[in-house]
Amino acid sequence: MSSRPHLDYRAKSHLSYFAYACHRLSGLLLACFIPLHFLMLSQSLRGAQGFEASLKLTDFWVFKFGEWVLVILLAIHLAGGVRLLMIEFGPWRGLRKGWIQASILFAIICGLLFLYFAN
Amino acid sequence: MSNTDLKVKVWRGAEQGEFVEYLVPRNSNQTVLDVVTYIQRKLDPTLSYRFACRVGMCGSCAMTVNGVARWTCRTHVSQIVKGDSLEIAPLNNLPVIKDLATDMREFFNKWKGAVGFFKGTQTRHDDFAKVEPQSEERQLANAGIECIGCGVCYASCEVVEARPNYLGPAALNRAWTLTNDIRDVQQLERMQAVAGDAGCHACHTQGSCTERCPKAIEPTASIAGLKKLVARAAVRGSKWGKL
Amino acid sequence: MSQGVLQAKLWYAQRISAMILGICVAIHLLIIFYAIRGGISAQEILGRTQGNIAFALFYELFVLACFVHAPIGVANILQETIPKTGLAKPISWVLAIAILALGTTAVVGVYTGGSL
Repeated sequence: MSSRPHLDYRAKSHLSYFAYACHRLSGLLLACFIPLHFLMLSQSLRGAQGFEASLKLTDFWVFKFGEWVLVILLAIHLAGGVRLLMIEFGPWRGLRKGWIQASILFAIICGLLFLYFAN
Repeated sequence: MSNTDLKVKVWRGAEQGEFVEYLVPRNSNQTVLDVVTYIQRKLDPTLSYRFACRVGMCGSCAMTVNGVARWTCRTHVSQIVKGDSLEIAPLNNLPVIKDLATDMREFFNKWKGAVGFFKGTQTRHDDFAKVEPQSEERQLANAGIECIGCGVCYASCEVVEARPNYLGPAALNRAWTLTNDIRDVQQLERMQAVAGDAGCHACHTQGSCTERCPKAIEPTASIAGLKKLVARAAVRGSKWGKL
Repeated sequence: MSQGVLQAKLWYAQRISAMILGICVAIHLLIIFYAIRGGISAQEILGRTQGNIAFALFYELFVLACFVHAPIGVANILQETIPKTGLAKPISWVLAIAILALGTTAVVGVYTGGSL
């Protein structure tokens, strides 16, 4: 005897759900990051030297990698958000899956641009 | 057992139970409902399930087949079979009565909760109301009107699972078709009923309802229409008044 | 005001702030790509932002839109993930206040450069 089955991955394996999952995860991570980002920037109140000292604290590869991930998350959340706004406020044209593919592409491009400029 | 037998795992029990495997001969043009019927008639008469019309009109035979909610009478085994196995379970998000039959009361009560019923002012003594077939409202209502109430969208929706008081795609779709019925006189009550997180604004546009609807209705479109209409009615007002 | 109407208004607020954020984030991404060329330094950042009222106003608008947008989203996630704890509201309020307070401090900081 076991508990009855519930909604599992098979019911959710379609593109629109994938877009939802990406949007939710990226949004949650961004919400966690934003206060830290602001905290870091508010160190500028200590003047240029104090600010520089705080920026230096983040000069590890872990932070650099984190920043890169955040730029990608921001791109995903932006493009996915535009899709949602078009579905909710624009004329109905299906689940706009083309935008999901465009969002993925946009995030990859932003990630690559970041790498290109950062080096 | 012949090579052409299907291995069919069927949920037996209620909220607690187990999958039991049956061997069912494979036929051409066989539907999932045919498979369930074979098991009940030939292998185990105690199997409970629900069906009526067998031609995709009544909306009573929906089940979870290989993890996805479907109307079983019009789902051919050949469309969805993985190798030689099928897994058939009751619809998700609804209480199981026994085996494959779920209790659909909550599903239909939510239609009522969404003011998903018509109320006009005219009587049989009045002339017919004239609804322009090409009008925007009529077109919007048309898009969602063919719902057969099978519960596939409701059983596929993760928001229903996460928020048990969420009205769900079918009820909201019905509310939207009535919102676009120019004869209906309960527009404010309906907007009140579908506002917020028990109603249309809980929808996260996951699109499972639209993906799975056997009638190719797009509840996501209806819910999006409600979201915008109702939010504007709450903030700025609507042609029927402010919420 | 009924709970449903309040939630409808919150939904609307989140979407309107999303539209503002859409523009802000696009501009911010461009600024990021511009700013990170050849590494980032406090001098460089403050050189751009100190005394620049347009920068300050843009980023304060950004902060305000975040203040509206993020906590509503987080409240939804919490409500759906841990509905029985009653934590959705308090946590999202803490987040909202943190975003507004720290964000405004950051904007004031990069505008004044510490010469307050």
